Amino acid sequence: MKSIQKKNILHCYVKNHIRYLMSCLLLFTLMLSHSTYASSISKTNITDNGSKQQVSTKQTQLEKIIPQLRVKNFKKKIASIKQLAEIDDPQTIVILEALLNSKLYYQKSDKKVVIINKKNNQYETFSTLNNNAIAIVQKKTLKKITTNNKLRKTIRALLAKKKILNSNLDVRQNALKEILTANDASLLPVLEQAQRQETDKSQQDLLKLAIALIEVHSNNSETRQSAVKRLGNSLYPVAKGKLTKILETDEHGQYIEQDKAVIALAEKAMQRISSKLSLFGNLETLFFGLSLGSVLLLAAIGLSITFGVMGVINMAHGELIMLGAYTTYLVQQLMPNDIGLSLIVAIPAAFIVSGLFGVAIERGVIRHLYGRPLETLLATFGISLLLQQMVRTLISAQNVPVITPSWLSGSLVLNPAFALTYNRIYIFFFALFVFAMLMLILKKTSLGLQVRAVAQNRGMATAMGIKTQWVDSLTFGLGSGVAGVAGVALSQLTNVGPNLGQAYIIDSFMVVVFGGVENLWGTLVAAMTLGITNKFLEPWAGAVMAKIIVLISLIIFIQKRPNGLFPQKGRASGGH
Amino acid sequence: MVIQSLKKIAVAAAITAATLTTSMVWAADTIKVGVLHSLSGTMAISETTLKDTVLMMIEEQNKKGGLLGKKLEAVVVDPASNWPLFAEKTRELIEKEKVDVIFGCWTSVSRKSVLPVIEELNGLLFYPVQYEGEESSKNVFYTGAAPNQQAIPAVDYLMNDLEVKRWVLAGTDYVYPRTTNKILEAYLLAKGVKKEDIMINYTPFGHSDWQSIVSEIKKFGSQGKKTAVVSTINGDANVPFYKELGNQNISSEDIPVVAFSVGEEELSGIDTKPLVGHLAAWNYFMSVETPENEAFIKKWHSFIKSDKRVTNDPMEATYIGFTMWAKAVEKAKSVKTDAVEQAMIGMTVPNLTGGMAIMNKNHHLSKPVLIGEIQDDGQIETVWSTDGTVAGDAWSDFLPGSKDLISDWTAPIKCGNYNTKTKKCLAK
Repeated sequence: MKSIQKKNILHCYVKNHIRYLMSCLLLFTLMLSHSTYASSISKTNITDNGSKQQVSTKQTQLEKIIPQLRVKNFKKKIASIKQLAEIDDPQTIVILEALLNSKLYYQKSDKKVVIINKKNNQYETFSTLNNNAIAIVQKKTLKKITTNNKLRKTIRALLAKKKILNSNLDVRQNALKEILTANDASLLPVLEQAQRQETDKSQQDLLKLAIALIEVHSNNSETRQSAVKRLGNSLYPVAKGKLTKILETDEHGQYIEQDKAVIALAEKAMQRISSKLSLFGNLETLFFGLSLGSVLLLAAIGLSITFGVMGVINMAHGELIMLGAYTTYLVQQLMPNDIGLSLIVAIPAAFIVSGLFGVAIERGVIRHLYGRPLETLLATFGISLLLQQMVRTLISAQNVPVITPSWLSGSLVLNPAFALTYNRIYIFFFALFVFAMLMLILKKTSLGLQVRAVAQNRGMATAMGIKTQWVDSLTFGLGSGVAGVAGVALSQLTNVGPNLGQAYIIDSFMVVVFGGVENLWGTLVAAMTLGITNKFLEPWAGAVMAKIIVLISLIIFIQKRPNGLFPQKGRASGGH
Repeated sequence: MVIQSLKKIAVAAAITAATLTTSMVWAADTIKVGVLHSLSGTMAISETTLKDTVLMMIEEQNKKGGLLGKKLEAVVVDPASNWPLFAEKTRELIEKEKVDVIFGCWTSVSRKSVLPVIEELNGLLFYPVQYEGEESSKNVFYTGAAPNQQAIPAVDYLMNDLEVKRWVLAGTDYVYPRTTNKILEAYLLAKGVKKEDIMINYTPFGHSDWQSIVSEIKKFGSQGKKTAVVSTINGDANVPFYKELGNQNISSEDIPVVAFSVGEEELSGIDTKPLVGHLAAWNYFMSVETPENEAFIKKWHSFIKSDKRVTNDPMEATYIGFTMWAKAVEKAKSVKTDAVEQAMIGMTVPNLTGGMAIMNKNHHLSKPVLIGEIQDDGQIETVWSTDGTVAGDAWSDFLPGSKDLISDWTAPIKCGNYNTKTKKCLAK
């Protein structure tokens, strides 16, 4: 048998394409027929000679199939895996899982397939037949059995079949999700059995869907109709996909499906799903908009203090954000084992770093240029280039990797059609928190009172005994520190590199100008409005056009209302 | 008076003659190799590595005794990621430094900027990066992949092996993605894919807010047909894109993404977790195990004095280009552009991934195409490769404007854009 297989494999390589495929096919049928033959033998063995011989037959089956996993061709590999999964032996699960997790290797010397476990720089090998440890070897002597997307999907589906009746709910649920798309009619009895046993509500729904997906293909029109009806109740993408398939038309616009009743029901179901989906779609866009708005708010709120309250056009604002992001990176480097905690630590650290830089900029440069906006603009632009180059020289011109902690990745699934990503949710609330803190500082502390006093009437404030220069520095430091905090949040969303700030400076100015100078509430409303508008425009205008449209509308708006959404009222307006 | 001034002229003439001859003697001592890669600015990240690769190759060639009995000398200039500066530096290299060959450029726009200068001065440029095609100059050798050596095989793999039926063509909004996507769309339509099964999306440079686009891709991919993303998204924007895919629970098994500009070098600086299992298409992966590749990696590590550094596809293209050029110089027994150019055609050099690279009449290489999956250690593991090599096609067969064009730099055609229908050369 072995020599025949070898010859066949040789054939596969030697012959040209079509013949190659043909001979491989032949080889498969040969193998398959052999395996069914072997399994029939094992069945007779149960009755005849007891279980011992059965085990040994399984062993030989395993021994036969395992070496076939080494082939390079993925189609052949998948066929071998399917064969492997048919063997009723717990060891198959071990082997398949090892392959799935790239832990299946073979020794270069004797081509023996082994399961490995990485230990420092060395690999511990285990037998594929009984998990016994074999040896500790160098990585060089082994070669990995490669997998690809399709192969892994196949393995997952095969493993899932064995786990539908697992006692652990999570395992069951993941297994079921895996086979939803498999559309395997042979699973029907198992699924029905699972449905009878199942106590969990959401798993019940999933099972109903899985059964409906199979029953849609039944021969009985009534079964099909009821299955289609049930599909209409599900928001899982597969349900819609299946309905779309039923409603497919040929090139003349005629339905391919012949059963009129099924078509009518499918259309109704489709309508129901579509209306629900469009509702959730809009909710999702709204969330995206709010999330983009919160990013804009974070980036702009520091600027709204320095530009809005102090009237300083600070072109280095983006770089202060960048410094905050780099602080996050450095903090992570200092505490590599506590990625989650490092992010929390980074918030005050970034506030201090950017704040100090802000104070230094104010003391060193801006203070000398009050009342000369053009010079301030040029000087701060120079500072922004300086800071960028500083990061390039001191750290690297390359982007640095900031690791996302696990509680910030993934999404909160509200239903199959509506999920909110965690990082965006956190950043949304974080932005609101920063906003609230700033409001508190400005409205409830003596520093805030002094800041507002200086902003409204500098001369009068001085006369009241406020050290205006000191207040200026602190205000600028506060605005810069908030920019640094924004950098911590942005490090979770975008690349951390020397150019990070450049991407946000224009947007920040847009928000502040739109919201109205000297008004934090204006900044909040403006950021959210711009974010939501952008996200609702994006699907039909494209990302590039959406930005352009927003910018043009903003220019027109500023023409009509030069002071933004919430202009300062009363005597204080124009008080600079 | 007259005699005096005559004397002066004579002396001047003598001095010039002397300097000329000495400079000629000096020039005859070495063969100058120009290196035109950005060492500062945005492209420095990728291009610095290529400069080092050329220097490594020169050092090695000199250890073997140089070429034609002369040592090689590198002339390194820095065009600073500034496209017009590329043209100026080219002029400087050829006119002032008198280099015999230039290895350089990365972005298409920098190559386009060099093109008129190199043609005017009849220089020689080796361009080592994958590009959009639709070009063939007598003075340029393209050792990176043309679209049919990267994009088309990648689509074939998705179509045949992963049975993909719906396609998202996502790219950054500039010339390379737009041209590549035009070719791919034409190719997919020719393969019988319906128009509504193709979604094309462009984003600005450095795009970071991918929420709605990824959500759209998710919806597009949930129509019951296997969907894949063909990404020509430019470097920087990739990380947030893959992150968002991960966050919205789209795995590489549901909707695989195949990228044309994500390689080992780009992967070495980022958190690779969200990218694992997605695909990349190149002509070379560092992970390919061949004796040639092992030797090359070893050489690179000892040259750059760090065994953490990775190798990538443009480095292999530089390696092949340089080796071919050295062989062509020896064959032509000259460094003159015209002689080397003709000697280059038909030249073969072993690929680092096995097989032979051949320089074709259209100045493009025949190379194998590899598709790989990204691993968590930043390496790319081959999952599919072409049976043999694929010849680079300068003019795509899938665009109406270039269908009938070929490039052939051998006699009697000697033309970069020859129309096979009208039998005419469209040269400018």
